[in-house]
Amino acid sequence: MHLNHRALAIAALSAAVFALPAQAQTDIQWWHSMTAVNGEWVNDLAKEFNASQKEYRILPTYKGSYDESMTAAVAAFRAGNAPHILQVFEVGTATMMASKNAIVPVGKVMTDAGQSFDPKAYVPAVAGYYTAPNGQMLSFPFNSSTTVFYYNKDAFKAAGLDPEKAPATWPEVALAAAKLKSNGHKCPISISWQGWTQLESFSAWHNVEFASKQNGLAGMDARLKINSPLHVRHIENLANMAKQGLFVYKGRGNVPEATFVSGECAMMTTSSGFYGNVKKNAKFNFGLAPLPHYQDVPGAPQNTVIGGASLWVMAGKKPDEYKGIAKFFGFLSSPEVQSASHKRTGYLPITTAAFQLTEKSGFYKQNPGTDVAVNQMIRKVTDKSRGIRLGNYVQIRAIEDEELEQVWAGKKTAKEALDAIVKRGDELLERFEKANKAK
Amino acid sequence: MAAEKRVVFKSSWLPWVLIAPQVVVIAVFFFWPAAQALLQSTQQSDAFGTSVEWVGLENFRNLWNDESYLASFKTTAIFSVLVATLGLTLSLLLAVFADRVVRGSGVYRTFLIWPYAVAPAVAGVLWLFMFAPSIGIVSYGIRQLGLSWDPLLNSTNAMSLIVMAAVWKQISYNFLFFLAGLQSIPKSLIEAAAMDGARPWRRFWTIQFPLLSPTTFFLLVINIVYAFFDTFAIVDAATKGGPGKDTAILVYKVYFDGFKAMDLGGSAAQSVVLMVIVVALTVVQFRFVEKKVNY
Repeated sequence: MHLNHRALAIAALSAAVFALPAQAQTDIQWWHSMTAVNGEWVNDLAKEFNASQKEYRILPTYKGSYDESMTAAVAAFRAGNAPHILQVFEVGTATMMASKNAIVPVGKVMTDAGQSFDPKAYVPAVAGYYTAPNGQMLSFPFNSSTTVFYYNKDAFKAAGLDPEKAPATWPEVALAAAKLKSNGHKCPISISWQGWTQLESFSAWHNVEFASKQNGLAGMDARLKINSPLHVRHIENLANMAKQGLFVYKGRGNVPEATFVSGECAMMTTSSGFYGNVKKNAKFNFGLAPLPHYQDVPGAPQNTVIGGASLWVMAGKKPDEYKGIAKFFGFLSSPEVQSASHKRTGYLPITTAAFQLTEKSGFYKQNPGTDVAVNQMIRKVTDKSRGIRLGNYVQIRAIEDEELEQVWAGKKTAKEALDAIVKRGDELLERFEKANKAK
Repeated sequence: MAAEKRVVFKSSWLPWVLIAPQVVVIAVFFFWPAAQALLQSTQQSDAFGTSVEWVGLENFRNLWNDESYLASFKTTAIFSVLVATLGLTLSLLLAVFADRVVRGSGVYRTFLIWPYAVAPAVAGVLWLFMFAPSIGIVSYGIRQLGLSWDPLLNSTNAMSLIVMAAVWKQISYNFLFFLAGLQSIPKSLIEAAAMDGARPWRRFWTIQFPLLSPTTFFLLVINIVYAFFDTFAIVDAATKGGPGKDTAILVYKVYFDGFKAMDLGGSAAQSVVLMVIVVALTVVQFRFVEKKVNY
């Protein structure tokens, strides 16, 4: 007991001593949702920034998964103690944009603080997503990923397939899957984030609309377009593969990823951010490749869409604190910091300069496959492929999951399910439009 | 009733002071949130509540126009009936057996009470792991038996999964009450019946079960409320409402729309609907089922 008290006293004393110089600093709260290796990355960024100057101190706090931290921020904002910076996942973007009184556009924060800021320096497919129709950048792209194709090279070799040549088209995927199956593989291919990879990225990749109004970027009156003949053809194709046991459904979100790492499933479409996990945990040789496409579709492959999260600045803070935020974002945008983060996490570099710096360092040559995601994104985008930003998107993703499951279970045809997604999704979009027009 | 001793307070304010803590707790934790839900159900606002708009009954109209919402009433009915009946039957069975155990009854009871200390989300994950199609130990066993098991795409499998998890979670609670109820039945009644030649099965149905009826009734109400309100974490962890919407019970949608999708108005409207249903069910139970109860 006695010892405990002494230890406590010493701890309190030293805390007081060390906290003293911090009094002069301006603290900036940063709520994020990064875990494990990515959580360490966030802490290191804050540490590095704090060491680089004396005026401001960034305090990163892990607040649970993306939806949990967003709920926490909503509650905190209502109670008047929101953080300065909040990391929000891409599906929450439209919600944040609509909450005009709760946020401050990043573009404004930067110009007010006199921080040099050129939105053009950012990769178009990344920055475009977080930019308002009037050209103002609303949030700061932080960890961006996109959809790529992973395959198990050892399984390919065992099935007599060329392990150095990933299937580039969906018919080739089906052929490879059939070979894997006849070689005794129980799960030739599975799909993570089915809505994101098979409907959203699929649309941009084939340069067809996911929704009207430039996929929602140009206005709130967007409506879904995913029951087009091409979409129906693709989902039908997957349904047939499911029937033959070539495609095995393993659940929603990123749940199926574990089945690739364990070797159960030989091919998978999922986030480029999955790279670190596979590299660390897979006990086989694996390859990364661009998403498969349909060769006969004009304009395919175009580019894929963004996932991941961005940093939003909350309203109602002191001017000095906004200066600190601008300085921190300036630090995060520097090519060196960007490039180091990209190499470390597998997330996309968000500025063109950072990409070039990484290329020059020879990183892509030493780590084959890491450039797949970047190459899919660093392209000239079209109005159909710039990105997808829709209101009530969390619910629309859930609807996509629900309806696609009916297809994989054989209860609905591809056409029926896609029509249902459009019908149910449009109702939500209408409601979102109405709710936000009133303001 | 006649033998009940009535206490009469001389002071006029003392009784109020004595019940004040209880009233405060109920007001803060029940009436206030319920009033908030009622208020929010007539509003639409952005996630951060910076712009609030009165929409009258529009949130409710949206619900009635949503076919999948109406379908989830049926899902909820099936789920609640299964959870309540299975939960009560199994725990009554266990309680009857535990009542007869003489040696080591403490250990036996402790094991049965344990699951109650497990959080619903943990229960959901636990069952999910055991029954996961590719890695679950139980699904491995099921496959060895030559049966198919795929809660990801088979609705019946998915429903069985969440019912099992929900029942398992509630068994301890029911068990405790049943056991206490059984132990309060005078042994002399049962012994007398035994001497008259009644077999255990008959003794149970004609003596123990009727005398247990107040407990059974109380547990019925509690279990229905549990199935309606307290099971979203299990659904969220085990099936996320899938496949399709086949396990999306009402309270899960309240949770999803409110906490994941930030549609507070729509979510509040749903919780008002849910509140009305549960109040109605409880009234029905007290009006009709309670008549069969012997106190």
